[in-house]
Amino acid sequence: MSSAPSLAAAIDPRTKMPQERAELHQIDESTRVLALIFLGTSAVWLLVGTIFALIASWKLHNPEFLSTQEWLTFGRVRTAHLNTVIYGWATNAGIGVSFWLMARLSRTLLRHAGILYVSGAAWNLAVIVGTFGILRGDGQPVEWLEFPRYVTPLLFVSYALIGVWGIITFRFRRGEHTYVSQWYLLAALFWFPWLYSIAQIMLVFAPTVGVIQALTNWWFAHNVLGLWFTPIGIAASYYFIPKVLGKPIHSYHLSVVGFWALAFFYNWAGVHHLIGGPIPVWVQSAGIVASLMMVIPVIVTAINHHLTVIGSFQQVWNSPTLRFIVFGAMNYTLASLLGSAMALRSVNSVTHFTHFTVGHAHHGMYSFFTMVMFGSIYYMLPRLLRKEWPSAFLINVHFWGTAAGITLYVVALSIGGWIQGMQMNDVKNYPDFLQIMVATKPWLFARTIAGLMIAVGHIAFVVSFVWILIKKRTVEETSPTLFNTPPTLSLKTS
Amino acid sequence: MNNGPLLFLGIFFTIAFSWSGIVLTNLVQQTEAGATQPLFDKDTEKVVPAPMTGDAKQGQQVYAELGCVYCHSQQVRNSLSRDGGTSVDVERNYGRRPNVARDYIQDGRIFLGTMRTGPDLRNVGQRLPSVDWHMQHLYNPQITSKDSIMPPFPFLFEEREIVGEPSPKALRLTGDWAPPPGYEVVPTARAEALVAYLLSLRTDYDLPEAPKSVE
Repeated sequence: MSSAPSLAAAIDPRTKMPQERAELHQIDESTRVLALIFLGTSAVWLLVGTIFALIASWKLHNPEFLSTQEWLTFGRVRTAHLNTVIYGWATNAGIGVSFWLMARLSRTLLRHAGILYVSGAAWNLAVIVGTFGILRGDGQPVEWLEFPRYVTPLLFVSYALIGVWGIITFRFRRGEHTYVSQWYLLAALFWFPWLYSIAQIMLVFAPTVGVIQALTNWWFAHNVLGLWFTPIGIAASYYFIPKVLGKPIHSYHLSVVGFWALAFFYNWAGVHHLIGGPIPVWVQSAGIVASLMMVIPVIVTAINHHLTVIGSFQQVWNSPTLRFIVFGAMNYTLASLLGSAMALRSVNSVTHFTHFTVGHAHHGMYSFFTMVMFGSIYYMLPRLLRKEWPSAFLINVHFWGTAAGITLYVVALSIGGWIQGMQMNDVKNYPDFLQIMVATKPWLFARTIAGLMIAVGHIAFVVSFVWILIKKRTVEETSPTLFNTPPTLSLKTS
Repeated sequence: MNNGPLLFLGIFFTIAFSWSGIVLTNLVQQTEAGATQPLFDKDTEKVVPAPMTGDAKQGQQVYAELGCVYCHSQQVRNSLSRDGGTSVDVERNYGRRPNVARDYIQDGRIFLGTMRTGPDLRNVGQRLPSVDWHMQHLYNPQITSKDSIMPPFPFLFEEREIVGEPSPKALRLTGDWAPPPGYEVVPTARAEALVAYLLSLRTDYDLPEAPKSVE
């Protein structure tokens, strides 16, 4: 840590830096420890979250499983799963990727990263204590905000520091041009502490009366997806797709429309979780309109991501980074369009309150965001550590386990949820609720199978991660680990 | 888009706009319209909705701690069809009328919920008024609802040796569920509070702004 005057000077962009323009490897070097802290902890949380997920999933078709333990009752394990994957895995991974991207794109060194190490440690400590609190029964009964109130101030302070530091890094940017990924990152880093602090105040510390709680809850919870994870996922896709393919994105001008349409409409979409509920009809309609208008930024992003990829599928298939990221980008388009359709009253009356919604949530958070983060990590770690991934086989297991697993997950819960919704709306033929519940069991079992496939992928990922950290750097490595080495990249052996 | 301050202003404006629209406007609108205040019903001389009792308040805490909200909603929805018509939720006997905002003002923490892995509970006190049924169902849902996927909550009960007279609160369990001879299963204070809360869940009054109750 440095003294106060040097800190003040360091966050002032007018301070002249010794070099005019930092070199790429220096920039990577300045983000290395930070990125490793956040990405390393995210991998641990991914495993923890997966274990909670499997327990919760198993309980839904075998309710007697671990049922004597109050700490592991469904309502708590499920909540521990959500909070560990959201605030442990996804947020840590998102922060690690964001800082690395922000420093690279702003062509500036990350300054005084020590403050970020402390925030990272505090953030993770808060997630550990918070998860423990949830299992103990101290959680707040507010969806997506379950961490007990004794850890949330620590979460807020550590995140606020992270957000401010990201914005400061952006202020130090060199060159006239800001790239589209930077807009998204800047916005995400700013939006999240706002969302989090307002939701904490209006729901936990000074709860508002009646249904305003529900409105605040879904304004927050949907925006965590829309204004925090989605922008980071899009920023990473906008960076890695053209970077790895070595060609510009399809239409840079369109991306401006995409950004502002997302910023403007995504904000309002959360109300679609309350359609038909005891809230004013005008605000439901506003939420439905906003959800439908999301088609604009989604199509724009789809044009830019998919049309850039067209013609280069061989490269996508060979590169671990792109295989994950393009899978993520394709699912972003699909999940978002389905999400807009789900806001229509006629569709919503079927899917609301069913497992369809759970499938959709995983479609967005996993098939899109998590896969993009995996792809980003496959690009970043070799550059941060100056070593290559030890095993293409493990990466393959990771890809197929997660890609097939999550696809089965989303398909099974979508079909099962749709049937469940149709039956719930058909009182004449399905008067007995128990009958409807029993009919969901095979689909819930399929979900457990999908979860096991994903878990295999996660184990392969964490083994790779640990392996690349501990393996020795060798001089022979000159080419990256790809699934199929193209002829131009093969090493000369003679 | 290279103008940093302008970009920042836009980012700020968009989130401020949605918060003002979704949260603030509704808060002001409902407060102004008096929808956050209970009404006095002259016919029955009662305040509606009635304040929660102490037992129910404690039970609500148990409901929160166990995460019941993740599988049970507490809202009878309006009809979703364009031409009005009866609400499916009312048809399914989730309640006699759709809920409106004022129904929730006495709840403190609200549990609207977003999932119906199990049925809606907004009027469970009306639909299933038996304490015995709820106790057995919480002890193990298989007793009352075979093949249910709801978890059992044995930790809300105590199996103990009968000393002197058997407790009047002991669960009436038969067959495989019965405790060994000389033993009884009694609900803990938490189970009693939770059942008090469940039985308190009933929208059995009319409000001027709500659709009429069906009989």
